[in-house]
Amino acid sequence: MARVLGTSIKRREDPALITGRGKYTDDLQAAGMAHAAIVRSPYAHARIRGIDTSAAEALPGVLAVLTARDVAAAGIPGVVPVGWLLPDLKTPAHPMIAADTVRHVGDAVAVVVAEDRYLARDAAERVAVDYEPLDAVADVVAALEDGAPAVHEEAPGNVAFDWEIGDSESVDAAFASAANTVELDLRNNRLIPHAIEPRAVLASFDSSTGEMTIHMTSQNPHVHRLLMTLASLGMPEHKVRIVAPEVGGGFGSKIHHYADEAIVGLCSMKLDRPVKWAATRTETNLTDAHGRDHSTHCALALDADGRITGLRVDTAAAMGAYLSTFAPAVPTYLYGTLMSGQYDIPAIHCHVTGVFTHTAPVDAYRGAGRPEATYVVERLMHLAGEATGLGPVEVRRRNFVPADAFPYQTQVALAYDSGNYGPAMDRALEMIGYDDLRTEQASRRGNGGGKLIGIGFSSYIEACGLAPSAVVGSLGAQAGQWESADVRVHPTASVTVYTGSSSHGQGHETTFSQIVADKLGIAPEAVEVIHGDTDLVQFGMGTYGSRSAAVGGSAIVKSVEKIIEKGKKIAAHLLEASAEDLEFEDGSFRVAGSPDRALALGDVALQAYLAHNYPDDLEPGLSATSFYDPANFTYPFGTHVCVVEVDTETGSIDLLRYAAVDDVGNVINPMIVDGQLHGGLAQGIGQALWENAVYDDSGQLVSGSLMDYAVPKIHNLIPFELDRTTTPCPHNPLGVKGVGEAGAIASPAAVVNAVVDALAPFGISHIDMPLTPEKVWRAVNG
Amino acid sequence: MYPAQFDYRRAGSVDEALGLLQEHEDAKLMAGGHSLIPMMKLRLAQPPVVIDIGRLDELKGIAEAGGSVRVGSLTTHADIAASDVLAAHCPVLAEAAGHIGDAQVRNRGTIGGNIAHADPGSDIPPVLVLLGASVHLQSPSGTRSVAAGDFFQDLLMTDVGEDEILTHVDVPALGAGTGSAYLKFEHPASGYAVVGAAASVTVQNGRCTAAGLVVGGVGAVPTAVDVSSLVGTDLSDDAIAAAASGLDAEDPIGDIFASGDYRVHVGKVYGKRALAAARDRA
Ligand SMILES: Cc1cc2nc3c(=O)[nH]c(=O)nc-3n(C[C@H](O)[C@H](O)[C@H](O)COP(=O)(O)OP(=O)(O)OC[C@H]3O[C@@H](n4cnc5c(N)ncnc54)[C@H](O)[C@@H]3O)c2cc1C
Repeated sequence: MARVLGTSIKRREDPALITGRGKYTDDLQAAGMAHAAIVRSPYAHARIRGIDTSAAEALPGVLAVLTARDVAAAGIPGVVPVGWLLPDLKTPAHPMIAADTVRHVGDAVAVVVAEDRYLARDAAERVAVDYEPLDAVADVVAALEDGAPAVHEEAPGNVAFDWEIGDSESVDAAFASAANTVELDLRNNRLIPHAIEPRAVLASFDSSTGEMTIHMTSQNPHVHRLLMTLASLGMPEHKVRIVAPEVGGGFGSKIHHYADEAIVGLCSMKLDRPVKWAATRTETNLTDAHGRDHSTHCALALDADGRITGLRVDTAAAMGAYLSTFAPAVPTYLYGTLMSGQYDIPAIHCHVTGVFTHTAPVDAYRGAGRPEATYVVERLMHLAGEATGLGPVEVRRRNFVPADAFPYQTQVALAYDSGNYGPAMDRALEMIGYDDLRTEQASRRGNGGGKLIGIGFSSYIEACGLAPSAVVGSLGAQAGQWESADVRVHPTASVTVYTGSSSHGQGHETTFSQIVADKLGIAPEAVEVIHGDTDLVQFGMGTYGSRSAAVGGSAIVKSVEKIIEKGKKIAAHLLEASAEDLEFEDGSFRVAGSPDRALALGDVALQAYLAHNYPDDLEPGLSATSFYDPANFTYPFGTHVCVVEVDTETGSIDLLRYAAVDDVGNVINPMIVDGQLHGGLAQGIGQALWENAVYDDSGQLVSGSLMDYAVPKIHNLIPFELDRTTTPCPHNPLGVKGVGEAGAIASPAAVVNAVVDALAPFGISHIDMPLTPEKVWRAVNG
Repeated sequence: MYPAQFDYRRAGSVDEALGLLQEHEDAKLMAGGHSLIPMMKLRLAQPPVVIDIGRLDELKGIAEAGGSVRVGSLTTHADIAASDVLAAHCPVLAEAAGHIGDAQVRNRGTIGGNIAHADPGSDIPPVLVLLGASVHLQSPSGTRSVAAGDFFQDLLMTDVGEDEILTHVDVPALGAGTGSAYLKFEHPASGYAVVGAAASVTVQNGRCTAAGLVVGGVGAVPTAVDVSSLVGTDLSDDAIAAAASGLDAEDPIGDIFASGDYRVHVGKVYGKRALAAARDRA
């Protein structure tokens, strides 16, 4: 039978999605369904003096108007919790509905439920909130200044946490004796995730059973159930079912537990009928957790041979108005620990201050900490190439962790399990035609034209599939980081897989079916994959951090292995052989050395359920559940090269080429892997060139609509040139790593390095993202 | 994005639409709806009544007569971009229409709605001003026409009266030896023009006999640049650059993407490039 692992079979998800038959949360209808509209603060910071709901309540068809008072009266916990604790982390309460103070534009102050959606919006406009506006601070640096308006009394100086990793003394020593140093002040721009499907929820409480079913846009339904019941609604966990129907992208924004979903749950409980809410694009932009938003000073020390001797990083990371679900982990354990990049760096120190600001919260967004770290390291490597005269390629090569040094212990906690960085760089240079490009660059510079080209590199490391649970727990996670799989072989040898990795566009149903089909020697069509429903799936941690193949896929493999082991015992009994003598290959159990003594999987499965002729010591049935807790992260890596043309007269940038060589370990479905890279590259290039969440000084989001916030469109991009090297992950059964975030992690630095490279004749060494034409033009013109 | 309550009326004729306008205070005409509906969804516009004129065939179409091209106000951007008549007589208008939004927007949006809405980043207004087009309006008391240069009054403000419907624009055909071009510096988010430069030059016997340049996106209304210095020259790059650098806007508009100063700068660069492209096509 032809192998299905490693082949680009088409995504089974697509026929429904592209013919409009996919059912998203907002497509769902329930009998008696009412609609919620949330009243939000127009101020970044204000005291609520009073709320008059009477005009809204007076509108015919309005069913309820709830405020913080009703949350209190309901006797529920009523808060939105943070799920990752750091030492001395300030954890001011985040009430579901603001009681006396609002802390960002979009903070919920009331909710209206009405018979239809339009009415709910009309009524929401009639809720009169008496605000006393207060001074606000939206900028991460300004928030740390003396006298800045305080976001929370409990957090003096707006400091949420103060965290460090590495050894500052050895770094100081490295700088003291360095032959060369480079340093940089940079901003990592704030981004809005922009999943195509805005967040939505349909909560259906039934007082006769005390049960609540919540359909919602979730990347991790079990985690949402836990947080929703424990911290917000105070319901028993077993009485709540969370279902994620089709989910139209998330990029992290649908990991987090938000106030809005809990508010709608409360409305349903109060009214004892289904209530639906779907965010408008404007609401999504104001309330989805944003990404990035760092201000960083960083420096690199090198010896006379261009070898790195020390790296120092000091970052102020915005948390926004409240700590979102995983927010404290993102600029710490997913950032500081990545600072060694692909390099053998003997001394590293990274200090991070988490900062409250009067803005939407900041949390994990595609890459989550790793793009920010890669940007720091790879921008510095570019500067190091210039300062040492070695250029971007040689300075990197000289500092790569050597292929024979794995497993490699970095100075910032992570131990890289495997890697081989040189070949990815070699291949990228070959694909891009590096020497010819440099010749072309020189000739353009020579002839004095206004259009210069630049070549930028980014050799990145990623850490995906956060693990193992005991370690992440010791670092503050309030959740495990394993994944579960229940694999059931039916009597006819078709299979249903129940996985805790719920998909929101990635194609899990296709790839997971490939894994099972390959291992069991059956057709992928014979495998059904069920996910995204807490009543159907045992438990699961969800889909984020590029974990699904490495962790979720491995859990599936473990279950399949258990099934094969059991199948061998059944087959041995039927074939009157010893189980040790049986092998399983291409879908049948065979006695080693006697090829004619064999039973197909289907024969064994049927017997497992009949249990007529069956081993005494074996339970009937052929299914297995596994909870797989990985031994380590996986460490994908690669080198990306971007070529740009800069019009120095206007500052406009044209992408000319983009080549990416990634090593994501073994590949299950190359087409899906390429697709993940394409999407990640679009987002990373978007961050470098266009995307920017801008708050003005009063805390208003001035890039709150798609008229101002530039998400890349297809015509802004170019065909990407992709290739791979393959260094399998040594510690999981599939040898896979992860690919969901690689594109977004690597690309910002590649693009910015290319632009800066183009502008080297002007003495420009840095421009902050996004590289808008005006910024580039101003840099060129002093 | 849920608009406030409104009533919807569909007009079967221009006269009926004019009557409905009289009847309903603060009513809004709807052509393609591509500017009006977004405003209503954001509740920036809350007209009590929307009068749909989108199906009035009498206001659609492109026809040449007596040295000018008449474009009905309900003609879509897609039809303008694909028009042979315009390609022959006013190619720069077709070129500009082809730069608007995406295919869906061009299939719905109309020239009348575009200029009546008068967004400073619209592609059509600078072209109409460049070409010396006239805008024709009808009200219960009759018809009148106004020069495109006078039609645009301020940000989102035009000469259309509350009781008037824009029926068509008349665009003078470009003469022999004339080249024209529209160059757009696109906003990466909205797709509208940050700056749009419309230029034309007429060349006879190697000498420039007429030249025009109008830049959109810099001011609240299209900014005409005096490029008469080009007349009599051979349209050298230097002469063109010098002429385009005459772009002046007293109070340039700006946003978080592009400041006023920068828009003026880009206006000069794009003006220069549009003039050069027009010269090369003359
Ligand atoms: C996604 C998107 C991208 C766009 N990109 C661009 C772009 O790149 N460049 C660009 O120039 N434009 C762009 N537009 C705007 C587009 O061109 C619109 O179609 C146009 O601005 C309005 O035309 P409409 O027919 O849809 O008018 P409507 O939205 O129906 O009306 C707009 C206004 O004009 C009034 N009006 C309409 N017709 C008449 C009439 N005959 N008489 C009097 N008043 C009238 C209406 O009352 C209303 O106030 C974009 C629009 C969208 C939605």
